[in-house]
Amino acid sequence: MNVSLDWLREYVLIGSDVESIAATLSGLGMAVEDVAHVGGIPGVVTARVLRLERHPDAAKVIRVWVDRGDGVEHHVWCGASNFSPGDVVPLATVGTAMPDGRTIGSRGILGIASDGMLCSARELGLGSDHSGILVLPADAPLGVPYGEVTGLVDDVVLDVDVTRNRPDAWGHVGIARDLAAKLRLPFTPPRPPAPAVGAPAEATVEIVDGDRCGRFTLTIISGVTVAPSAPWMAARLAAVGQRPINNVVDVSNYVMLELNQPNHAYDLATLGGRGIRVRLAAEGEVLTTLDGVERKLTAEELLICDAFDRPIGLAGIMGGADSEISDATTTVALEFAWFEPLGIAASVTRTGLRSDASARWERGVDPYGIDTSIARFIELLRETSPGLVVHAGAVDARAESLPPQHRSTAVRRRQVNRIIGVELRRDEIAALLDPIEFTVSGGDEESFDVAIPSWRPDSTEEIDIVEEVARHYGYENVPKRVPLSPLHGHLSVGQQRRRRIREVLLGLGISEVMPSPFLSDDELARAGLDSDVLRITNPLVVGEDVLRPSLRPGLMGAVAFNESHRRTGVALFEIGRVYPPGPGELPDEREVLGVVLAGAEAPAAVAVWRELASSLGIGARIDQQRVPPGLHPTRSATLVAGREDIGAIGEIAPDVLEAFDVDERVAVLELDLASVLASEPRPARWKATSRHPSSDLDMAFVLDESVPAEKLEKAIRQGAGSLLVGLELFDVYRGAGVAAGSRSLAYRLRLQAADRTLTDADTAAVVAQVRAAAEKLGAVLRA
Amino acid sequence: VIDDIGAARDAALERIAAAATVDDIVRIDQDVLGRRGTLTLLKTSLGSLGGPDERRAAGRSLNEATQAVSAALDERRRALADVARADRIMAERLDLTEFVAAPRRGHSHPITQAWERLEDVFVGLGFTVAEGPEVETDSYNFEMLNMPASHPARTEFDTMFVDHAGAPPGTTVLRTHTSPVQIRAMLANPPPLYIVAPGRVFRRDTPDATHMPVFHQIEGLVVDRDINLGHLAGTIEAFTRAYFGEGFTSRLRPSYFQFTEPSGEFDIRRPDGHWLELGGCGMVHPNVLRAGGIDPEEWSGFAFGFGIDRMAKERHAVDDLREMYTGDIRFAEQF
Repeated sequence: MNVSLDWLREYVLIGSDVESIAATLSGLGMAVEDVAHVGGIPGVVTARVLRLERHPDAAKVIRVWVDRGDGVEHHVWCGASNFSPGDVVPLATVGTAMPDGRTIGSRGILGIASDGMLCSARELGLGSDHSGILVLPADAPLGVPYGEVTGLVDDVVLDVDVTRNRPDAWGHVGIARDLAAKLRLPFTPPRPPAPAVGAPAEATVEIVDGDRCGRFTLTIISGVTVAPSAPWMAARLAAVGQRPINNVVDVSNYVMLELNQPNHAYDLATLGGRGIRVRLAAEGEVLTTLDGVERKLTAEELLICDAFDRPIGLAGIMGGADSEISDATTTVALEFAWFEPLGIAASVTRTGLRSDASARWERGVDPYGIDTSIARFIELLRETSPGLVVHAGAVDARAESLPPQHRSTAVRRRQVNRIIGVELRRDEIAALLDPIEFTVSGGDEESFDVAIPSWRPDSTEEIDIVEEVARHYGYENVPKRVPLSPLHGHLSVGQQRRRRIREVLLGLGISEVMPSPFLSDDELARAGLDSDVLRITNPLVVGEDVLRPSLRPGLMGAVAFNESHRRTGVALFEIGRVYPPGPGELPDEREVLGVVLAGAEAPAAVAVWRELASSLGIGARIDQQRVPPGLHPTRSATLVAGREDIGAIGEIAPDVLEAFDVDERVAVLELDLASVLASEPRPARWKATSRHPSSDLDMAFVLDESVPAEKLEKAIRQGAGSLLVGLELFDVYRGAGVAAGSRSLAYRLRLQAADRTLTDADTAAVVAQVRAAAEKLGAVLRA
Repeated sequence: VIDDIGAARDAALERIAAAATVDDIVRIDQDVLGRRGTLTLLKTSLGSLGGPDERRAAGRSLNEATQAVSAALDERRRALADVARADRIMAERLDLTEFVAAPRRGHSHPITQAWERLEDVFVGLGFTVAEGPEVETDSYNFEMLNMPASHPARTEFDTMFVDHAGAPPGTTVLRTHTSPVQIRAMLANPPPLYIVAPGRVFRRDTPDATHMPVFHQIEGLVVDRDINLGHLAGTIEAFTRAYFGEGFTSRLRPSYFQFTEPSGEFDIRRPDGHWLELGGCGMVHPNVLRAGGIDPEEWSGFAFGFGIDRMAKERHAVDDLREMYTGDIRFAEQF
């Protein structure tokens, strides 16, 4: 909301310190987002036309000599001729920066310089009139800033962020009321006289759908002369960004911006049947709105129709094209109404149409501010249309949705103080509320009634009153104190373990990324994943509607991105949620770790897994029989803990690499974190390290390719028993000397006893036992 | 004999003086003092000498000679070892700036860094950390936060809806804020509650330098007896000092949210006097407490929330939020 300080000063005498005004507004909950200085354009001054002269070689422009009060004749070229010698006009002197961005230069035409430029109203940012030069009052002093003459004052306009609960602050008067209360200054809202009423004039109003329109008044005003607005009004409207049009439209806008009362002026001559019907549209009914667009409506849209039931506007949102005020208008049918806010809001959402009026209706307009507003409209219009006559017989139709005029709520003093953290007496509370016209009455010191003004529809219950008290007491005046938590702060086991995962991965040189969780079907297919996925019904980007079922597409995208930027061999991880569909109230959302190691083969992923497993105290079987989709069929496996699949390990499938245009091999690890994070295993128990010498024993076995080395390792451990303190696979060999379809696996066993030096007999026993255990797997000890 | 001893000694000392390597010393040691060494052999010849005096004199002389040679050997060995070590040290010289940088450590995402720092600060203030689902029901995301179905405030959230078979259409959303975790925490635990809930949230916002459709927030919720606006302001202030450091202060100013009342925004003042708008906050609305199964007459509370991405962005002066989500290793490596 653009707020003119000059305008505000009509109701409250605020000072000129803009910063302090902005701070006060901010302290009241109206944040000032921007401050703009507007007003007379420096360099544009008044000048009297001395004489005019045509130039034989210039058909469209004339030469004008003006006096700007310095006793010198200044020559300018001018394209308009709507003025005569003796008129006072605005002269933009050389060097003036105009609102449209131009800087006035002295370059003329035909080699004759122009000592400035005479200005139209539009050129001065004062409206749309560009038909001629703005002619100022003839008695105006010369050489003064033209603003002094037009009533345009230097002004400061604040862009105020008005929150949803403050519809009253969508009008200057509402903001002034709050400021006056806070600054303890007198508040002088407009108090227009009740308009004198002429002969009765007939008009009808019928509210058909009363649940959407609670009140509709129609006032007939005849004898209206449509003309430009008074300069002061045009200036104020222009200052807050409202283009002045003519006196009727301008007054209409002015009253909206002043009192937050959207309204509409119809030309009675074009209002069929001299009446209004307010009804819901028929499904598919068509209305051409003011913006010239033909709109097909649903049966939920509220229409303003003429008495012949012809739609003339979308209630509260936008008028129709046919009944607008024109220069020929003499009789105005003036609408002030009250529409139900949720209905307007829903209509705005459905139609995508919004206007200054609809924004106000959505938030709630004072249904009982109408009478003052009608009087104010007439008072203001009379200034430029003194011959107007207000007719008796104005219609004031009301319907069931009209909110009650008088509302109040019971408030407990204790509750106010408990929530805010202060100790206020009843009279102190009343003193804070009274200036904003929330009136305390009845009850006693501890509990009482607070009457709520009709312009605060958001305010209904005790807690709303607490907020008003807090606002006007000032948040900054509430003493700050830290509540003493009776609990001890800590991270949960899962949160601590998640951090440990990160530490391990970072230590292994793997960096964290956060790719988008939204995928396209194409990305899904490229990653070799199933298309049975969860989808967003209104995605931001058409086609990117898949909620990822796996972190792999995102991580592969990152690998591809880096590779294409000549960064091969990246090691990346992500910890994030995946969203496979599920049968429950919510999808089967899970937290997952994904690791990709570009330029590395599957064993690199196994190495990462081993580090994680050992650091977290977890274990899993590598089941190469079951390869998850999208992974390399002979180099990947499912990780199985107990009976539960907890992840995937291996390498990205070659076709997936190709689809992502990645040239390197990519090792991959995916781990479902739910069970990994769930519990912390018991701390490792210390085992005494032996003081006796150890000895190493190398054993190589030939084992069929179909048997995982993991099994042999397990057999060796079992066979060697308690003397085994270290086991390392140090060589894998395939080729001459080893039968096809098998390989040789060479292990180094470190043996050590806790209580003695090992004997040859000990070693021989271990060899025999290990050999026996290995043979059960079909592994043959190599000589 | 004594002359022989003297000669052997002198010969040995001469050789020792001339020795160039530790190996030479070992050899001399063997030649002179070894089993068949010159002095050793002389010792065996002592028995053949005549008188005891002569034997005693010769023995003394031999002992002196042996000691002299031993000492000389030790000294020379030490000297030669010193030289050898010094030579090796010189030969081993490295220029430590002749270094080919190989990336070793991984880089934590700046958003994670901010996230964890925030958790740590609130843990220090006695909070625990709560979590909740990113795909939420309309009920937790809106309804129980005092925004019933037709509430116009809902339109401000630019919600993305999820087509989930298990629920009626339009009732499953990508959570638009971390506030639903408030409700989940209240329903799961009796008061008092002191929690923060960091997490990922979603808005249907076109990505630009300061907006992303996917971003991160942290939510705080305190419910206890007689919690008031002053406690909210005090907690924000304590957080401000703990997170940003001394010299930073905070302020609350009124605002409006559906789920809190009175509501506020909070700003942080940097030591240079510049104000930074940080987040929204307020006293938990009685309807929200009720939705969480808590009696607002017995308990009261406050809540606050702000963006984590923004903290990371400010801390590292990243001028475009989109950079955070590219997966570009050249971004990651900077932090």
